[in-house]
Amino acid sequence: MKLNRIGYLIKSGFKGIFSHGLMSFASVTIIMACLIIMGSFSLLIVNINNIIDDLENENEVVAFVDENLSDEAAQALQADIEALQNISGVRFVSREDARTSFEEDYDKSLFSDIDSSVFRHRYVINLADISLMGDTKAALESVDGIAKVNAHLEYAKGFITVRNIVSVVSLVLIILLTAVSLLIMTNTIKLATFTRREEIAIMKMVGASNGFIRCPFVVEGLVLGLLGGGLAFLLEWGIYVLVCNKIVTGVTGTLISVVAFSTVMWPLLIAFMAAGVLVGVIGGMTAIRNYLKV
Amino acid sequence: MVQMNDVKMVYESSGMVALEDIDFEIHEGEFVFLVGPSGSGKTTIIKLLTGEVQAAEGEISVNGFDLRRLKRRKLPQLRRTLGVIFQDFRLIDKLTVYENVAFAMHVVGAPKKEIDDRVPYVLELVGLNGREKRFPQELSGGEQQRVAIARALVNNPRMIIADEPTGNLDPVRSLELMLLLEKINALGTTVLVVTHEKELVNAFSKRVVAIDCGRVISDGMDGYYSYEIE
Repeated sequence: MKLNRIGYLIKSGFKGIFSHGLMSFASVTIIMACLIIMGSFSLLIVNINNIIDDLENENEVVAFVDENLSDEAAQALQADIEALQNISGVRFVSREDARTSFEEDYDKSLFSDIDSSVFRHRYVINLADISLMGDTKAALESVDGIAKVNAHLEYAKGFITVRNIVSVVSLVLIILLTAVSLLIMTNTIKLATFTRREEIAIMKMVGASNGFIRCPFVVEGLVLGLLGGGLAFLLEWGIYVLVCNKIVTGVTGTLISVVAFSTVMWPLLIAFMAAGVLVGVIGGMTAIRNYLKV
Repeated sequence: MVQMNDVKMVYESSGMVALEDIDFEIHEGEFVFLVGPSGSGKTTIIKLLTGEVQAAEGEISVNGFDLRRLKRRKLPQLRRTLGVIFQDFRLIDKLTVYENVAFAMHVVGAPKKEIDDRVPYVLELVGLNGREKRFPQELSGGEQQRVAIARALVNNPRMIIADEPTGNLDPVRSLELMLLLEKINALGTTVLVVTHEKELVNAFSKRVVAIDCGRVISDGMDGYYSYEIE
């Protein structure tokens, strides 16, 4: 294809955006609105998962060291524990530290007559995957020098159930939202191209190939999709930061932590742009398909 | 140039037989009127010639293209050898006169230099010089039809097909338009005009093919329209 022909087709695409300004505006607005709804919901899911992660991390396993071991031997167990699978963090808590912790948590006077030697050295362990808590507990119990392991398997099961429910519900809702959004967006684009069916018929009659007719529509769809995706991203950013500030500065900020926008920025931008372009281009191409059969 | 042999056309959706036993030829450089009452099958013949619909039976050849065997993707090539003019002009409202005409050249991938040379020439030929920057809605019906003729002519087609080109014009403009088509024919382009305007046809001494109920009922060089339209 000659350069001047490509230039003409690209120019026609841009011209089409402005000459059908109202329909272009409608397409961009609908793409933007749908992406913001989908994006907001996805960000909500990301945050719910983050909260569940935090709660899971707080569900620690405590391994008590055999009281017959010397202090040095007890501390040397750290390497053995770290070598086990599914361990994400290990913290040694000495008898003295355990007593101090109890004193802080309960009435100090209760522990005044109790010697530290009553307490055992212990390891506070975080797991990489909470669903494998049973296996990890068994592995910890088999380490020489570990006398007892406390693990709340029932809590772990509870978290797994909650996560599974959230995953399934969010997956279903995201699929539904995506399907509805795609339908709305492609219908808007179809409506936009419906007003131009006469134009397409004229193009066909003067001998335009289907490729020649499609090209400006592809350019238009691409530009409108990018515009819709870009604007949706900027608005989503603003809304997210605004809502997060409200949460962080409010009472809820002490209870839950929110995912920083910078963490999700790039995946969100890529997803919005890709969705915008996909809907714009494919929507535009499928919308004119029927008018090309002349 | 155009050859139709035993052509039968049936609309699949309704099963209606639109044309039957259609046999006629149009030779290079001819000026032919295709006449008949509404619903006689005139427009169906045009649709067949432009590849918009396919015949159920028979052979159709247009400008060397065998339409019974022509693949859909080759249709643009056939249409580039034709210039089609419609009753309702079918101009693109958002484009100026110049752009409407140049557009047909862009479609065939003509170089810019050629477009710059050819479009003003054709606009002058149809008497529209000075109207280049106007939009269709700023022109009279006659002028809009001239733009449509310019667009049909600009790629130097072998044949012009005009479907009721004077349907939206007053008698004076209609006559002017026919004179313009005659002039174009004199320059070597074959012209097929579909109409049901008896007086207009009678004003020219040309070949007249008359059809009714989907069949050719007369084909003569008398130059007048003998068939009585209801």
